[in-house]
Amino acid sequence: MHPILATVLQRLGLGLLTLFLVSIIIFSAIEFLPGDFTEAVLGQSATEETVAAFRRELGLDQPAYVRYIDWIGSVAQGDLGQSFSGRASSGIDRSRSVAELIAPRLSNTLFLAGMTAIVAVPLALILGVTAALWRGGIYDRVVNAVTLSTISMPEFLVAYLLILFLATLNPIFPSLADVTSATPFWERVTKCALPCLTLTLVIVAHMMRMTRAAIINLLASPYIEMARLKGLKPSTVILRHALPNAWAPIANVVAFNLAYLVVGVVVVEVVFVYPGVGQLMVDAVTSRDIPVVQACALIFAGTYILLNLTADIVSIATNPRLLHPR
Amino acid sequence: MADDLLLDMRDVVIDGFSDERWHPIVRGVSLTLRRGEVLGLIGESGAGKSTLGLAAMGFARPGCRLTSGRIVFDGIDLMTASETKRQALRGSRIAYVAQSAAAAFNPAHRLIDQTVEATLAHGLRPEAEAVEDAKALYAAMKLPEPNTIGFRYPHQVSGGQLQRAMTAMAMSARPDLIIFDEPTTALDVTTQVNVLAAMKEAVERFDTAAIYITHDLAVVAQMADRIKVLRHGREIEEAETAEMLARPKDPYTRSLWAVRSIEKPARAASEPILEIAGVTAAYGSKPVLHDVTIRVPKGRTIAVVGESGSGKSTTARVVTGLLPPIEGTVRFDGAGLPPALKGRSKEQLRRIQMIYQMADTAMNPRHRVSEIIGRPLTFYRGLKGRAREEEVTRLLKLIELDESFADRLPGELSGGQKQRICIARALAAEPDLVICDEVTSALDQVVQEGILKLLMRLQEELGVTYIFITHDIATVRAIADEIVVMHQGRVVEQGPKDDILSPPHPDYTALLLASVPTMEPGWLEGAVIRQSALHAPD
Repeated sequence: MHPILATVLQRLGLGLLTLFLVSIIIFSAIEFLPGDFTEAVLGQSATEETVAAFRRELGLDQPAYVRYIDWIGSVAQGDLGQSFSGRASSGIDRSRSVAELIAPRLSNTLFLAGMTAIVAVPLALILGVTAALWRGGIYDRVVNAVTLSTISMPEFLVAYLLILFLATLNPIFPSLADVTSATPFWERVTKCALPCLTLTLVIVAHMMRMTRAAIINLLASPYIEMARLKGLKPSTVILRHALPNAWAPIANVVAFNLAYLVVGVVVVEVVFVYPGVGQLMVDAVTSRDIPVVQACALIFAGTYILLNLTADIVSIATNPRLLHPR
Repeated sequence: MADDLLLDMRDVVIDGFSDERWHPIVRGVSLTLRRGEVLGLIGESGAGKSTLGLAAMGFARPGCRLTSGRIVFDGIDLMTASETKRQALRGSRIAYVAQSAAAAFNPAHRLIDQTVEATLAHGLRPEAEAVEDAKALYAAMKLPEPNTIGFRYPHQVSGGQLQRAMTAMAMSARPDLIIFDEPTTALDVTTQVNVLAAMKEAVERFDTAAIYITHDLAVVAQMADRIKVLRHGREIEEAETAEMLARPKDPYTRSLWAVRSIEKPARAASEPILEIAGVTAAYGSKPVLHDVTIRVPKGRTIAVVGESGSGKSTTARVVTGLLPPIEGTVRFDGAGLPPALKGRSKEQLRRIQMIYQMADTAMNPRHRVSEIIGRPLTFYRGLKGRAREEEVTRLLKLIELDESFADRLPGELSGGQKQRICIARALAAEPDLVICDEVTSALDQVVQEGILKLLMRLQEELGVTYIFITHDIATVRAIADEIVVMHQGRVVEQGPKDDILSPPHPDYTALLLASVPTMEPGWLEGAVIRQSALHAPD
């Protein structure tokens, strides 16, 4: 078997193991939340008997390890369970499955994350490479200063400033990103423009600076000097000789930021009233809708693991020592 | 013969920027080169050889600048030419061969792509033709499988092969001038011979002019038509090679020649202090030492010689306990040594000390000299405060440095001074056995001589035993009493210096000795023939 394939399979196995350990942590962390769904629904005036009966019905009277095994068992079979909300102590069950609740929200989140990634990653790479090429000059300083200022501002402030300038004063984009499943593609893109721009401003600095640093770090290498002594153009030196050796650190930072786009954008969702998975999870925590919280947390963890795995694979695949063993 | 002139450098001054100011690295050197001529540039590190060599390409390293003077290459003034014009010359009419081919090849691209890169970038030939030509050049450089080796990545071929490939890369554009910047310094002697011969042949075949930069006199004697000696950025003297070798004028040049003449009579063996018996060792599952038996006589210097990968340093790691052997024993001063570092007592650790090749990386850059030497004093001998300070001063005196060095950081020392501090650190433990691992390899000839003399003097005064690991036969001649020859993890032979260095030799020793360059004209050509008779590697 090719060593790369072996490494990928090994990392994939490790990723699954990590996900399993994370599921235990998620489950225990939720156990520590004060109160549960029954108390949240029934209120403080409920009698102990009602609460106990409701708990029995939801299965909350079982010991923690039994509930964990039940949960992880069905997750392993692809069943994320039923949401608590819609259930009442009276026994009426209007609940929906967790998958059904999360699916549209997750697809919204992935749409916004994907759109932002398409804008931000190439932009960051181009800015990073050009800043490295003209390092020390005016361009480099301006790019650094601008990206650093945008990353230093809180996201909600960036969001409100963009709304002020691009929606209110100059009505170019809509200020609300209230998409539904029926929204056509182009309208969806327009509605997502401002959230996308906000997130781009937030993540571009990190990726751009790492690209720049990774390339500059290599410029002192003898093979870069050799490339210059071959009379190659500065842009060729950087693109052909420095960049291919700089992918590993860049891929790591890109993966980290993409993960952030999926799991960390609840503030931006709130500002633009965007129906993403972040808001769903916050609401579920408030109402103690445990199956939804657990499912969201597990999806977030999986995203991190998957993206980091991808970054690892990129690092390996761009290392000729591993790609072409002796 | 004026139209024969290819390169004319006049009063070239090159400045380097450090400590917040510019100061001169090359201070007004002039140099001329005719078509097809090879000029040897020789001098210790910091003499400005490489800087001058690069200036011939109109190139200054980052942090350096071409300050004044004239650099005229075939009628083009490189000092006033635009960067675009200089770029057009580099790689097409002037090519460069770097010291470490392993570092100068980009790890991300195949050899052939890098070999023809300059030729294609300058639009000198169509790609298919350049690739075919590269294969022919690989064959001319005697690389194995010349038609396919180019499709490998740099890490897939050996150091000697890379160095040949780099010469082929320089030749690809058929330049008028090649700058060879210490191209064989990083190679083993047995590999060096063939690489030198291939380079020389290539330069003669295409009638290319060359500047050959090196600190090795014997190498330059084989390669150059003329030799220029540089020191501290100034020219010391220049002459035709034969003339320079026979009658060096300047005292500095003579001192360069003199290093090779230290020779110490070997002393008779004494009772052993260290006995390595039947040691087999491995890194993981990769065996490195096979049944190694070495006897080290007390108060003597035993030189362990062999090329890289022969197991010299691994033997040292076994003795120090860093690598416990799989089989075999190490006895020290009559008693068995526990195989692993952890099992050894502080006293056992104290009695065996080590000095490394790279003094730079062997010292914590943030510790002052007083701390570097003082730590073993406290750790092994429990000295503190005033007593420790006095001992540091005494040790500094022992290594011929004054007490003001105690407050310096490693960064403020020269290469030779750093190695002296490392010697003092080893001596601080009052050891019986010191393992010197290539301690002079990274140093210039003149500095080497100082360090070797110091080590010899210390041995006379303190009676310490040395295991001296080296690949340099000149060093061995200078200081060894006994010699161990190692090859591929095995001991080829062990014996008194004079026995080992005089015939008859086992095959490998003969090959090793035949590969050490001498200053005799024509040695190189003879060495290649002798080597091929002995089945040389690579």
